[in-house]
Amino acid sequence: MAGTFKFELVSPERVLFSGDASEVIVPGTDGQFTVLPGHAPFVSSLRPGVLMIKIPSGSRRVYIRGGIAEVEPEGLTILAQHLIDLEAGGVNAEIDAEIKAAEAIIASTKVEDERMAAAETVAQLRSVANR
Amino acid sequence: MPSLKDMRNRIASVKATRKITKAMQMVAAAKLRRAQEAATAARPYAERMDRVLVNLARRANPSEASPLLVGNGKDDVHLLIVMTAERGLCGGFNSNIARLARVDTLRLLRAGKTVKILCVGRKGADNLRRDLGRNIMDRVDLRSVRQLGFGNAEAIGTRVLAMFEAGEFDVATIYFSEFKNVITQKPTAQQIIPARIPDIEGSAGKANGDGVVEYEPSEEDVLGYLLKRNISTQIFRGLLENAASEQGARMTAMDNATRNAGDMINKLTVKYNRLRQANITKELIEIISGAEAL
Repeated sequence: MAGTFKFELVSPERVLFSGDASEVIVPGTDGQFTVLPGHAPFVSSLRPGVLMIKIPSGSRRVYIRGGIAEVEPEGLTILAQHLIDLEAGGVNAEIDAEIKAAEAIIASTKVEDERMAAAETVAQLRSVANR
Repeated sequence: MPSLKDMRNRIASVKATRKITKAMQMVAAAKLRRAQEAATAARPYAERMDRVLVNLARRANPSEASPLLVGNGKDDVHLLIVMTAERGLCGGFNSNIARLARVDTLRLLRAGKTVKILCVGRKGADNLRRDLGRNIMDRVDLRSVRQLGFGNAEAIGTRVLAMFEAGEFDVATIYFSEFKNVITQKPTAQQIIPARIPDIEGSAGKANGDGVVEYEPSEEDVLGYLLKRNISTQIFRGLLENAASEQGARMTAMDNATRNAGDMINKLTVKYNRLRQANITKELIEIISGAEAL
């Protein structure tokens, strides 16, 4: 473990997280990837999913829908279109709405990849909701 | 010559007005703080987005880049998105934005272009309806919105994008008031389609040399996605700046109104006292001369 890197999670309305993280797991469009300190510069778009932030003192989970992740030598910046802080209280209604939306995708899409991705989202959200 | 009772009524009414303007000023001050916070909170997102966009746009091949970036090659139909407040009583705020939009519209019309106006906010539509009613295609009502969310901007952005894809316009510009400080708000026009990439040759993003950054799924996909998102982000920024400007303008306007009402009350009171004194003197003279005549 090579220390920490700078991580910022920004939505159009606010900056949700800004500080040092030791590891961030990001749901990229082409698959999940993990950013560790010293990651090569890299830009990826995101698919809906749960973002896992590991900071030295613990971990945090945030649901994000849409956006992009930018890895630079200095750190990682995520611009999220829509986000739900899963550690905050009173977000169950929002989570349910996202589960419904994802289930609608499962029911309607013909593309296998999209269905798989949406199914994963539902599973992740369910596990959070039943906490 | 007004009677004493008239004057008393007048003073009472000005006092009531002063109470209202004072209250409005204080409400605006409280709202201004919130609006300013919202505008500040939204800034990092827009800045980061700009940075990534600049990096990408510089590398994009102009001949095959998205029409959102380089335009669709035409310049005939202009879409003006005029963002104003839903309420009045905020000084020249609404009319300043509307004036800027009107001047540009007339200029474009003279140049033989077609102009379509999308009004966000009631006041702008009211102002422009008189002479440019034919150009107003629709208005978006945000009156029921208490706290502006990104969703509001997104709804407008999605609509604008759909129109662009359907070829309903070639160039889009947003009109809003930039919040400088509490007393200064600057009406601003900003072109959003084709996107104006800030200082393309500038120093921004030089750290990322060409070919170092990898893109997933692909450069074009990321750029295309960002350009679309950029529309809503710009609109959101405009809406937030506008919200802060509106409250700032209202605060200043109401402060002036309160002060003017105070001056007016002083003047009226002096006038009232003189009139009362004159009446007393007159009555005394009548009594005395009546007594002398006996």
